[in-house]
Amino acid sequence: MRKIAVSSEGPDLDGPVDPRFGRAAGFMVVDPETMAFDYVENGASQTMTQGAGIHAAELMARHGVGVVLTGYVGPKAFHALSAIGIKIGKNLENLSVRQAVEKYTHGQVTVAEGPNRGAHGVPA
Amino acid sequence: MILAVASGKGGTGKTTVVASLAWVWDRPLTAVDLDVEEPNLHLFLKPQIAGRETASMEVPAVDASRCTYCRACADLCQFKAISVMGSVILTFPDMCHGCGGCIAVCPEKALTPGSRELGEVSWGTAAGRINFFMGRLRVGEAMSPPLMRAVIARVGQRPAPESDVIIDAPPGTSCPAINAVLPSDLILLVTEPTPFGFHDFRLAHEAFAPLGKPMAVVINRAGLADRSVQNYCHSRHLPILAEIPFDRRLAEAYSNGQVLSEALPDMRATFRGLMAGLRAVAPSTQDKVNA
Repeated sequence: MRKIAVSSEGPDLDGPVDPRFGRAAGFMVVDPETMAFDYVENGASQTMTQGAGIHAAELMARHGVGVVLTGYVGPKAFHALSAIGIKIGKNLENLSVRQAVEKYTHGQVTVAEGPNRGAHGVPA
Repeated sequence: MILAVASGKGGTGKTTVVASLAWVWDRPLTAVDLDVEEPNLHLFLKPQIAGRETASMEVPAVDASRCTYCRACADLCQFKAISVMGSVILTFPDMCHGCGGCIAVCPEKALTPGSRELGEVSWGTAAGRINFFMGRLRVGEAMSPPLMRAVIARVGQRPAPESDVIIDAPPGTSCPAINAVLPSDLILLVTEPTPFGFHDFRLAHEAFAPLGKPMAVVINRAGLADRSVQNYCHSRHLPILAEIPFDRRLAEAYSNGQVLSEALPDMRATFRGLMAGLRAVAPSTQDKVNA
């Protein structure tokens, strides 16, 4: 199974999912079979005036991620992730990283067909 | 004289001042509405529009068959307007600032100039004697300075050699406001004697000061109790060239789309006085030659 990236506030499987994709503090890149993980820092995107979602999508591509689990995804990030074939599970912001991965592996996360936020995180 | 009428705060009366000044101006005049996000000078000057054109800016177009995904373009772009991920290249045209850098650095000539529509430039004549230009930003377009530059370029293509120019600037202190005052040789700040008016007036004065252009002030809605603007102007040697009273007659004329200096004789005198004051403050042609 391809690696799962979960937007995360820190390098902790039991820490909360960061609700933001583009401006997430970082990503837990998890092997869902072993629950082994790497933490990928994304803090620099929080200071970008624009393009944070695209920046984060590039990061996903570089780490060979197949699935992104997060809270909100904006239109440009959605377009970029879709273009490179990364699946997106959203509205997972009230879970821990571990719970989000388990929910996905149990088939309880619907793959998103569109963004759920406007640009700059503005509610769509 | 190229005069820019600007303000920090919105709604202080820039367009009211531009329209009334234009009406009493006694030399050839070109009036330019550079508040392209919400142009409204035409509502008062009611120009006959003679022509319009769509303005656009250069953004990259991708020929994916030539792309080797070397990332030179994506690494150069400061705005994430072009992205390379594995063997996928994506452009985000509305993020592009049109610098052309990606097209210049592409070693495979996979990028060529495409375009993004910015909005519309239109021009005409008001009152049979005022050259008129305006820009109107496309709904959804985020960047107004490129369209403002297209309007200015259009003014330059239709030269009226002896004409003075009055620019109606957008409010604020950021790129659009700065771009509107850059072509001018004199800035007129319109403010109102309220705490908000004074706060944003001061920001505008500080933002424009490094441009080194002479500045003067009109106080609109004058007669309110706050003296902060007057005190600040006196301490900074900023000339206050006119005061427009806080008066119901003016508000009624404005709300009917009337030009104050046309509708009200006392306002005609006020704006003629303002015109004379501006000429006294403007750098003379001789100064410009020497500079």
